[in-house]
Amino acid sequence: MRKRIGAAPYLMVLPGVVWLALFFVIPGLLILSLSLQSGNYEQGFRFTWHWANYTDAFSFYHTQLIRSIVYGLVVTALCLVLAYPVAYWIAFHGGHHKTTYLFLILLPFFVSFVIRTAAWKFILTDNGIVLGPLKTAHLLPQSFHILATQYAVIGGLTYNFLPFMVLPLYVALERIDPDLLEAAADLYSNGRQVFRRVILPLSIPGVFAGILLTFVPAAADFVNATILGGTDTTMIGNVIQFEYLNANDYPLASALSFVVMAALLIGVFAYAKALGTEEAMEMAAA
Amino acid sequence: MSTVAPAPVLEREVGAPLPQAARRGRGRGRLLHVYTWVLIFYLMAPILIMILFGFNNTKGKLNVRFQGFTLTWYKNLLAIPELTTALQNSLTIALFSTLLATVFGTMMGIALGRWRYRGRGVTDLILFANIAAPELVLGAALLGMLVTAQIPRGYLTILIAHVMFNIPFVAVTVRARMAGFDLTLEEAAQDLGANPQVTFWKVTFPLIFPGVLAGALLAFALSIDDYIITSFVAGQTITFPLWVFGATRIGVPPQVNVMGTLIFVGGILLAVMNAVYARRRSLQ
Repeated sequence: MRKRIGAAPYLMVLPGVVWLALFFVIPGLLILSLSLQSGNYEQGFRFTWHWANYTDAFSFYHTQLIRSIVYGLVVTALCLVLAYPVAYWIAFHGGHHKTTYLFLILLPFFVSFVIRTAAWKFILTDNGIVLGPLKTAHLLPQSFHILATQYAVIGGLTYNFLPFMVLPLYVALERIDPDLLEAAADLYSNGRQVFRRVILPLSIPGVFAGILLTFVPAAADFVNATILGGTDTTMIGNVIQFEYLNANDYPLASALSFVVMAALLIGVFAYAKALGTEEAMEMAAA
Repeated sequence: MSTVAPAPVLEREVGAPLPQAARRGRGRGRLLHVYTWVLIFYLMAPILIMILFGFNNTKGKLNVRFQGFTLTWYKNLLAIPELTTALQNSLTIALFSTLLATVFGTMMGIALGRWRYRGRGVTDLILFANIAAPELVLGAALLGMLVTAQIPRGYLTILIAHVMFNIPFVAVTVRARMAGFDLTLEEAAQDLGANPQVTFWKVTFPLIFPGVLAGALLAFALSIDDYIITSFVAGQTITFPLWVFGATRIGVPPQVNVMGTLIFVGGILLAVMNAVYARRRSLQ
């Protein structure tokens, strides 16, 4: 460690910090102010400690708020169940091809998120390549549909965020020293015991990181709900977008955004605290 | 991996169930192997559909049933003017935002990786909050500021937003690379008479370059793919994801499949080249 570091670190971080302060930190604080304003789009908004925006936000949109949390939780649970065995297999049985398998899991990221979701709409469409033949074979009633239901939205979200779960799980599992497993086996643990007493506890940081990386974007997503969902699957993201861009009710939209931001950031920081910021960031960037 | 080291004879006799358990473990391994491939196929399914229907000889506007192989859409890739403009916007925004974010992010990553300065925790916190915050909140908050300050939305605000969400990813990637950096190398260069500039460009930068490159590729990918934040700050300007999103309501034209396929192939080529380059460097 150098003794004198002077102004160098500050000069180096300055442009980035200024940019983030102007376009991330200040806007984040500003929506708090905006959320307490009243008025209308034509005559402008004024700061009046208008707390009613928050009560309005809850009374108008509690359905969408709760739905977003429920969808987020279901999607996270599904991703965890689907991803864990794969991460486990790649970490312990991937051999020389670990990186290749991981690359295959990450392939969807090379296709635009919106196109992937649109492709699912295409696959699941009422008389499309999956449902069409099944209906022709009379295995499904003619009126059967998946699109515009909650199953389509949850399915789309699960698909889109699955790699975010595999990655941190893999990182955590891959770090486990194989000698530990051998030691456990030498001490007469059977396969199930090795898993429950050694592998599972050691992979918990990965599970935490995976839950974080999946739940936050899933609960706040509105692309899947718009493309794959219907009128009764709208999520909080749809509402915020509508209030900002169509209804021009900026205070209400800000109140909703602030609720989402506060809820998620509190959750995230509680998580990071339990995990250590550095490790959480490392996982997030992995 | 599964070749268990031969246990001493005596122990193997005592612990007779061990080989049996190992065999069962191998059977489970095979099952998981199959499952891994099933999951990979699931992840690939919409991509394969996208690629296939870019070759579909569809009559009329809707691209719903495969009607034969054609290269028409590759030839008429730019036949929809608005889509072409959208793609151009996406590509130039990705390029410019990557350049800016890479410069700013790399500087931050180096500073964070090297010095324990006062205020480092705050910098860390901002980066972490930015990465952890959902895109919805980033976009909505920025829009809130733009409408309050009555800044018109368009190409420039999209670019600003993309630089904003890309800086932290570059910074974190470069900082991770700095973690393995041997500071004595710089000292050695300076002892040999190199000034700080020469030391940076001849010693520091080449060593962290893989991290910078990885960060830049990540930034480009995030920018070209972004829908949520862009949708808030775009105004009347259309990017590729925005156009496709709008088109899903009536049906996506085959040109979108072709563009998606080209971006997919291009991205994979870049990633593979990066991996090969990284391996060659590590072998040297």
